[in-house]
Amino acid sequence: MRQSIPQNDLETELGASVAQAVANGTALKIIGGDSKSFYGNPVEAQALEVGMHTGVIDYDPAELVITLRAGCKLNQVEALLAENNQMLGFEPLHLGDKATIGGVLASGLAGPRRAYAGGVREYILGVKMLSGRGEILNFGGRVIKNVAGFDVSRLMAGALGTLGVILEASLRVIPRFETELSLGFEHSSAAAHIQWINQLGSKPLPLSASIWYQGRSTIRLSGSQQGVDSAAAKLGGTPETDIWEQLREQRHDYFTNNKKLFRLSVPQTCEDLFPGESQLIEWGGAQRWLSGDPDLDQLRQKLASNEGTVCAYRGVDPGAQVFHPLNKSMLALHRSLKSSFDPAGIFNPGRLYLGL
Amino acid sequence: MSPSSQQELAQLFRRFLAPESVIDAPTSLAAYECDGLSAYRQTPLLVVLVETIEQVQQIVRLCNERGVPIVSRGAGTSLSGGALPHEDGIVLSLAKMNRILTLDALSRTAVVEPGVRNLAVSEAANPLGLYYAPDPSSQIACTIGGNVAENAGGVHCLKYGLTLHNVLGVKLVMATGELLSIDQQSMQSQGFDLLALVIGSEGMLGVVVEVTLKLLPIPECARVVMGVFDKVEKAGDSVAGIIAEGIIPAGAEMMDNLAIRAAEDFVHAGYPVEAEAIIICELDGTEEEVESQISRVETVMKGAGATETRIARDEAERLLFWSGRKAAFPAVGRLSPDYYCIDGTIPRKALGTVLAEIRRLSEQYELPIANVFHAGDGNLHPLILYDANNPGELEKTEQLGSKILLLCIEQGGTITGEHGVGVEKLGEMCIQFSDQERNQFHAIRQAFDPNCIFNPGKAIPTLARCAEHNAMHVHDGKLPFPEIERF
Repeated sequence: MRQSIPQNDLETELGASVAQAVANGTALKIIGGDSKSFYGNPVEAQALEVGMHTGVIDYDPAELVITLRAGCKLNQVEALLAENNQMLGFEPLHLGDKATIGGVLASGLAGPRRAYAGGVREYILGVKMLSGRGEILNFGGRVIKNVAGFDVSRLMAGALGTLGVILEASLRVIPRFETELSLGFEHSSAAAHIQWINQLGSKPLPLSASIWYQGRSTIRLSGSQQGVDSAAAKLGGTPETDIWEQLREQRHDYFTNNKKLFRLSVPQTCEDLFPGESQLIEWGGAQRWLSGDPDLDQLRQKLASNEGTVCAYRGVDPGAQVFHPLNKSMLALHRSLKSSFDPAGIFNPGRLYLGL
Repeated sequence: MSPSSQQELAQLFRRFLAPESVIDAPTSLAAYECDGLSAYRQTPLLVVLVETIEQVQQIVRLCNERGVPIVSRGAGTSLSGGALPHEDGIVLSLAKMNRILTLDALSRTAVVEPGVRNLAVSEAANPLGLYYAPDPSSQIACTIGGNVAENAGGVHCLKYGLTLHNVLGVKLVMATGELLSIDQQSMQSQGFDLLALVIGSEGMLGVVVEVTLKLLPIPECARVVMGVFDKVEKAGDSVAGIIAEGIIPAGAEMMDNLAIRAAEDFVHAGYPVEAEAIIICELDGTEEEVESQISRVETVMKGAGATETRIARDEAERLLFWSGRKAAFPAVGRLSPDYYCIDGTIPRKALGTVLAEIRRLSEQYELPIANVFHAGDGNLHPLILYDANNPGELEKTEQLGSKILLLCIEQGGTITGEHGVGVEKLGEMCIQFSDQERNQFHAIRQAFDPNCIFNPGKAIPTLARCAEHNAMHVHDGKLPFPEIERF
């Protein structure tokens, strides 16, 4: 399997393209597999293709670390890890066969396991990147514990390519679970689900995912056979089919039926802010999807007053900002940080926020 | 900017702080002249003891206007000189901000002030069946603010992560005095992941004044198995074997012969003093899964060549097995007037090579070295025994330590796994990172703190310093530690 990921080092070529763009002040739109280009504000710029920059640089399963070029296809990487009985712990979103590791890191999109196993950033150990000065920079490393220098590699997660071009990454991997089991429970209201799932969270159970949709809670248990069996015996519920890949890939009915979707991010125990409305709740209550046609500004105000944020995830009105606005001093800090990496502002301008 | 006079500053601070909270008497200042890395000492201009966020904001504003350096300090247990004072600056002691503000069972979170001790969080959460996972060996004393600054680890990192993985938010006083709230309780960062940047930034981006911690359910059961080996390589292999079995131990600690003997002599944990290495492997989870894993771990250890395996019979014996490891540093400290703790990380597969080279260096420098190793995550702590009263011995020890860190870099590792750079590893930072990379660090720092008032001279060396360091390094292999610069 390792051989099926071609060794194709385009570092020199990518470096030259960026250096030229820096010299000419040309804005670049960084593209891996183009599976997540819908995520964020539209970028009008010259394409910088990273998807062909591929190859596994180092992978020794006993070290629990893989180092690879950013263009590696996610499905090929997952297959390689599976051969060694390992996996990426954060259950990354593919959203198409072409998804690359670089895109996974840049988007920071983690799947159903997020609430229990951590997100993309929790698994990043190091990156090699091209800065907006055309320099190749290495941050972090290939070992699990490393506190030398500011933690720049994790800053790349979710930055949507606005700070630089990810060339390589070292990721922490974990063993696959011996077994997984999905169990269903009736909870007619979102409020009941939120209370219940958080109470479960404070018990030593091998929870690895949860969803509430249309009056039904489904959870996943992952672990050793003995651990899962004993948890299942305590919990009861009815066995469910494995819906998690469908949910992760947003092929669940809720995602296919609704053209306009808002992603609400709140503390897990936040009360149900939209009783009676069409919602799907994941991550122990922290990620809530809302469909319909609410006024975006009002929605944002409501979430902000509940320590939450709104991402206008899909079907955004033209001109609307996708991500929840930053306050003035936060935006100023973001701009300073952006220009510390990319002084000419050439990388994915505006994708995360206007002027960034 | 010209240095502010001590009395002028003291007067300004006493306008809003109680007189006894502004320390300027030389005898009292002496208590703050070093942290856990006592080889480095510096008397600060003043020490201020704060109790509220507003006081921190006022102090930061005054210092920023005047360009007065601020060194934040919790319990002062840093092993890298992170809290070493600046001669023209103040020490901002957060030790009195030690309240646990909220403890919430449903959300499994604790909101704490920075001066709360690490262990106090788990103690307070215990009645709720919860605990705070990172457990640096100084956890009785070290504070959460310091843990955030250093991205502190501990013996359970492989399974439960570092501070980074267990903090959900911070409030940070910026150089302007403004209070910035960075909150990831929703598991989604708003914009850039500033929390990742602040954690482990060694007090150089702002003052952390409030921290939201993630609490975990206390595992139903935890058991320990000890493997005894006649070769350190075999001990290392056994950990690789356990991981290859698909088991992530809650902790997997290795000690070499000198460390074993020192610990046994100190706490009488029943360690085999003839062994070349022991592995203490902890497994946690439900009773049933721990039962099954423990026998698999035993099999793997025997397969890797363990001469003996011992399973702690009960909780008391489990704690006894751990007591030797947790007391390893002070135990080694009893063997010699002074000891110097190194903190490199290596890929586990390089363990044999690295330990052989450490043995060679130990003989070359004629300084004994005991090794304790977080074998799960590759974090190696060689403890060099020396006597600071012998002229030149500290310098020799530092050279030896530096050689070990360079060895870690060569093997694909890093110069610090959990203790931070501080003032101690500035020279090695010149080797691990390029000029461009260090410039990027400085640029990030400038984005937060344009006047560089927060902990100047720590963690990220200047280009000039590195030019000097690398030149000298090439000439005679010595690592100079000149006066710390302002930048």
